[in-house]
Amino acid sequence: MPGAARQAALPDATGVGFKPQHFNDLCAAPGMVRWLEIHAENYMGDGGRPLAQLRHLNERFPISVHGVGLGLGGSDRLDPDHLARLRHLCDWLAPASFSEHLAWSSHDGAFLNDLLPLPYTDATLTRVADHIDQVQAFLGRRMLLENPSSYVSFTESTWTEPAFLAELSRRTGCGLLLDINNVFVSACNLGFSPQAYVEALPLDQVAEIHLGGHEAQQDDQGAPVLIDSHGAPVADPVWALLDHTLARSGPRPVLIEWDNDIPDWPVLAAEAGRAARALGSLSR
Amino acid sequence: MSQTAKSLAIAGALGAALSTTLASSVDAQTKEKCFGVALAGQNDCAAGPGTTCAGSSTVDYQGNSWKLVNFGTCKDIALPPMADGTPRHGALKALKRDLPS
Amino acid sequence: MSAREERLARNLLDPASALPEGLFDRPGRFAIHRNTVTASLIEALCTGFPVITRLLGDGVMKDLALRFLRAHPPSSPLLMLYGEGFPEFLEADTRLADLGYLGDVARLDLALRHAYHAADAPPLPAQQLAALPPDRLAEVHLDLAPALRLLRSPWPIFDIWRFNTETNAPAPRAVAQDVLITRPAYDPLPQPLPPGGAGFVAALLQGAPLGEAEDRARAEAADVDLAALFTLLLQGGAIIGASLT
Repeated sequence: MPGAARQAALPDATGVGFKPQHFNDLCAAPGMVRWLEIHAENYMGDGGRPLAQLRHLNERFPISVHGVGLGLGGSDRLDPDHLARLRHLCDWLAPASFSEHLAWSSHDGAFLNDLLPLPYTDATLTRVADHIDQVQAFLGRRMLLENPSSYVSFTESTWTEPAFLAELSRRTGCGLLLDINNVFVSACNLGFSPQAYVEALPLDQVAEIHLGGHEAQQDDQGAPVLIDSHGAPVADPVWALLDHTLARSGPRPVLIEWDNDIPDWPVLAAEAGRAARALGSLSR
Repeated sequence: MSQTAKSLAIAGALGAALSTTLASSVDAQTKEKCFGVALAGQNDCAAGPGTTCAGSSTVDYQGNSWKLVNFGTCKDIALPPMADGTPRHGALKALKRDLPS
Repeated sequence: MSAREERLARNLLDPASALPEGLFDRPGRFAIHRNTVTASLIEALCTGFPVITRLLGDGVMKDLALRFLRAHPPSSPLLMLYGEGFPEFLEADTRLADLGYLGDVARLDLALRHAYHAADAPPLPAQQLAALPPDRLAEVHLDLAPALRLLRSPWPIFDIWRFNTETNAPAPRAVAQDVLITRPAYDPLPQPLPPGGAGFVAALLQGAPLGEAEDRARAEAADVDLAALFTLLLQGGAIIGASLT
């Protein structure tokens, strides 16, 4: 029976973003990996190996479905076809969690394949809250909303990002997915304190934590800028920010994301092991 | 040929095919074999390789100066162009394209 | 937001279009998003058309991918199927006119992806096929697997595919090739069809009974080898149902 061993929620343990090339190694040697996250859009085909692998993994691990294409912040109405595909996936998989991003990614029928920035204004708040209400009603479940990586900020913003996320959670009842690398990247790029950001969030609403690698570059003015590349190990200051967060939130499901220059399984498993030790040190 | 004779001829072909096809069950292996197809167009939530900060970065280039000699394996495939009346240009001309399936 | 979103979206696909003044505190950094859009979609097209990328080489492919994505961004978030119009885009580029086969090779790359993600369907057990009444087989309709794809080309697209995916594959011959894609398990398998084969499979796909499909095959090649065609379909797990009208 699909998902017989599944848990109702993600465990307060370590997960990784699943990559198909890791399937055999992951099944043979999961190490400290207790749950998996998939990108919803990669499992919206009609069949074949992607869905066969996912059915198999769903028997063994709690699964988090992480959407990367819905565009909750867009001014267009949510794409009914995409919502239907999400519901179909969540219905047959019955995942432990569903999450999406505070961003927009489509305009006038064109999908731009990036998580694009929003001005934090009352108007944006109303629109995103309406879209979250619509998603939660349509899927019949609570969703988690993830904080973005930022390279620019809108001059007209009247809310700080943590206050904006807190208000969205309060209005819609959605949980939060706190990407600690994104906080660190945005803090460096926009010049705020990452610790203060974390402390300003309603940490009791945070139901999942993301960690990933970033890349240091220079912008066109020669100023340092961090790119959220998911193509490297998690940086040391991001591990420190994880400890800072977990000390205040208590244990949470923690995910390692590695989407580019994907390493062999042992390297990813070792990153997951490090996250598991960060979680484990909480109880001592 | 009568419909029955035709049926029997088709049955003969099908029977021959059935006897030469080993009754192999569908491979339940979920191991990846063909990465070229498996990894095409993955959706991610990262900035990805090649993303840079500068507006004039390598992906913004205007590359309209390439020549046939720069091509990858195209230069190893010496086929005459379509208009020369080679056999492949004959009966199949009207039948090209991906048919509905 | 809508009008502003429109201008931002346009800038993401056209670096020459101006951004609204005073929108961002660090306006130059919006280029990071444009480069992410561009680089990620170029990557999607290069991995989605692996044989075209090998044929053209990375530099030319990336240039064409850049032009394509700016003119034809994805219409859906499902990147696995992005590039539907790329074969026609290649055929319309006069600089590529000497490489007449590119469009059909791109169609093969695309068809392999579609086959990979197509719905699963168990093949009909051999006993059920063997149990069909032999004197009425001309009236039998076959249902073919959703993963099956048929491509007809005046170019040697199978040879070109193999030359660019297998080591030590022979050089392509100057012949027309029709290609049948089946998916015996989870990996799409392209194979060249013998003469008459494409007519036979096309007829079956259109719902014709076996007798009519055979007529269509013989009209293309009088000496068509039906047993060989059945073998290709059976080994590809492509026959999933059979019914008498």
